[in-house]
Amino acid sequence: MTTTLPEQGTRPVHKSSPGTARGPRRPGRIKRIGLPYLLLLPALLLELLVHLVPMVIGITMSFKELTQFYIRDWGTAPWSGIDNYRLSVDVNGPVGDALLHSFLVTVAFTLLSVGLCWAIGTTAAIYMQDTFRGRGLLRTVFLIPYALPVYAAVITWAFMFQHDNGLVNHVLHDQLHLTDQPSFWLIGDNSFYALLTVSVWKGWPFAFLIVMAGLQNIPHELYEAAALDGAGLWQQIRRITLPSLRPVNQVLVLVLFLWTFNDFNTPYVLFGKSAPEAADLISVHIYQSSFVTWNFGTGSAMSVLLLLFLLVVTGLYLLLTSRGRKTADA
Amino acid sequence: MPDTPTTPTALTARRPARSPMAPPRSFHWSRRVFLTLLTAFVLLPVYVMVSSSLKPLQDVSGKFRWLPSGLTIRPYIDIWSTIPLARYFTNSLIVAGAATAGSVVIAVFAAYAVSRYSFRGKRVFTVTVLSTQMFPGILFLLPLFLLYVNIGNTTGIALFGSRGGLILTYLTFTLPFSIWMLIGYFDSVPKDLDEAALVDGCGPLGALFRVVVPAAIPGIVAVAVYAFMTAWGEVLFASVMTNDTTRTLAVGLQGYSTLNDVYWNQIMAASLVVSVPVVAGFLLLQRYLVAGLTAGAVK
Repeated sequence: MTTTLPEQGTRPVHKSSPGTARGPRRPGRIKRIGLPYLLLLPALLLELLVHLVPMVIGITMSFKELTQFYIRDWGTAPWSGIDNYRLSVDVNGPVGDALLHSFLVTVAFTLLSVGLCWAIGTTAAIYMQDTFRGRGLLRTVFLIPYALPVYAAVITWAFMFQHDNGLVNHVLHDQLHLTDQPSFWLIGDNSFYALLTVSVWKGWPFAFLIVMAGLQNIPHELYEAAALDGAGLWQQIRRITLPSLRPVNQVLVLVLFLWTFNDFNTPYVLFGKSAPEAADLISVHIYQSSFVTWNFGTGSAMSVLLLLFLLVVTGLYLLLTSRGRKTADA
Repeated sequence: MPDTPTTPTALTARRPARSPMAPPRSFHWSRRVFLTLLTAFVLLPVYVMVSSSLKPLQDVSGKFRWLPSGLTIRPYIDIWSTIPLARYFTNSLIVAGAATAGSVVIAVFAAYAVSRYSFRGKRVFTVTVLSTQMFPGILFLLPLFLLYVNIGNTTGIALFGSRGGLILTYLTFTLPFSIWMLIGYFDSVPKDLDEAALVDGCGPLGALFRVVVPAAIPGIVAVAVYAFMTAWGEVLFASVMTNDTTRTLAVGLQGYSTLNDVYWNQIMAASLVVSVPVVAGFLLLQRYLVAGLTAGAVK
């Protein structure tokens, strides 16, 4: 059994070529080749069952007329070609129109939320770069929104946004007299801002964490050299800190974007089963149109369209940001 | 740990780089203002949660009050009888616990393979697994729903509506990130250590469990906390795939607000009670978790 792992010294780490060609004399060779796959097997099987197979089913479903009559035996549902897609993107019909509206709301919401999360997280991280009294405690406090279970936190926000007995109206209307009447926060146009507030409250600590870690990898000498050259604090931030954070930001912004765009938990807990139109995020929209009408075919088509959109955006994003970085380095 | 600013090691927590120039006074003032406001923003819901959970019902039904008219622990007693909270709590514990255990064990094997071996399809595996992270959960919801229903109909294995189906789902959804985090941790364990174990006559699994796993305990703890938090807080699949007896806290907690009276003080008390296990775990282990979370992004 001692030969099942090749010696480190003789094995160059080839990431691209399989390093199994060496050592045909060894008796454990077959075992050695098989072992990594054996170790991966449980993970592979689960990924297959819970991710890949459902994805194939989802894409198949989107080409079927899958109403509630066929749910018990979905294979028998009649094919409908691209009808589901036509329905989803027909902005003159009610389904396509609602989907487009939901999509635009989600885009606006995501841009604002990611921007704010990033800005607050980065500012806080830069402010907390130096040690000061209470820094450790503050860092722990800042992680609370991230640590709290989504529903517990969002239910609390829902309470704060209540019309009659909520904190927000009490402060804005009763104490500060900013509004003529108590506002409705969880229905109507205001719901967009309520959702945005909760989303930023929950999301910024992650940006904070990642940027904090990124800041620690910036060599000390860069700041010293800049200071010697007479660069002020703001210039140091603009010329050293932010450019050095670029690779970190590239990943961070993408992850924030995907999470926010796909967020289901926050709107679902905040508004319950029927989200107000102004805060009709796409995940909840698809969920509702699937489980209210029990038309899974159309719901699947919408999901596939959403996936395609995310793939294209992610691809373009990585292409653009990576190219920009390369030219900056050159 | 020694402060060595000249070696930019990735994982070890170094002291933050300090700006050598003393920052101007305005910096300190703006910092104080910003961080104070931010702390208030962060803690506001926490204060509402804690204070409201100790208020009598009339305090939370009428106008909001910053201070309770009187303190009571009644909500903490009543939460258990208004809805079957204990059952939901047990369900959440079972589901999150089992999903965490499964996710950690399977991720340890997979990450060990990726970290220590080179094999055909390695890159395809890591990229494919990781990319499932970006897919919207809603994409999997309807097919999984159908898949579980149909597996139940044909084989009699009840996945839909059972805790087993939920465990399987959460386990798999936490797997990609768990593997990713663990690869980072395993890579940071020197390979000489498993070499030595192999020379001493351990098999590869012996090397994994006697050397690599003990050396990567912080990473494994981080993965466990992450998986538990994710499973504990998930709403989308829990809302579709559970029934009355298998309902988890994520869905069950909404039971307080569908009644005629909304017992906000009880809702806040219950929210606090269900938050304690994860928040305590997270804050106790934050050092490990933060290192694990950030390692991949910063590398």
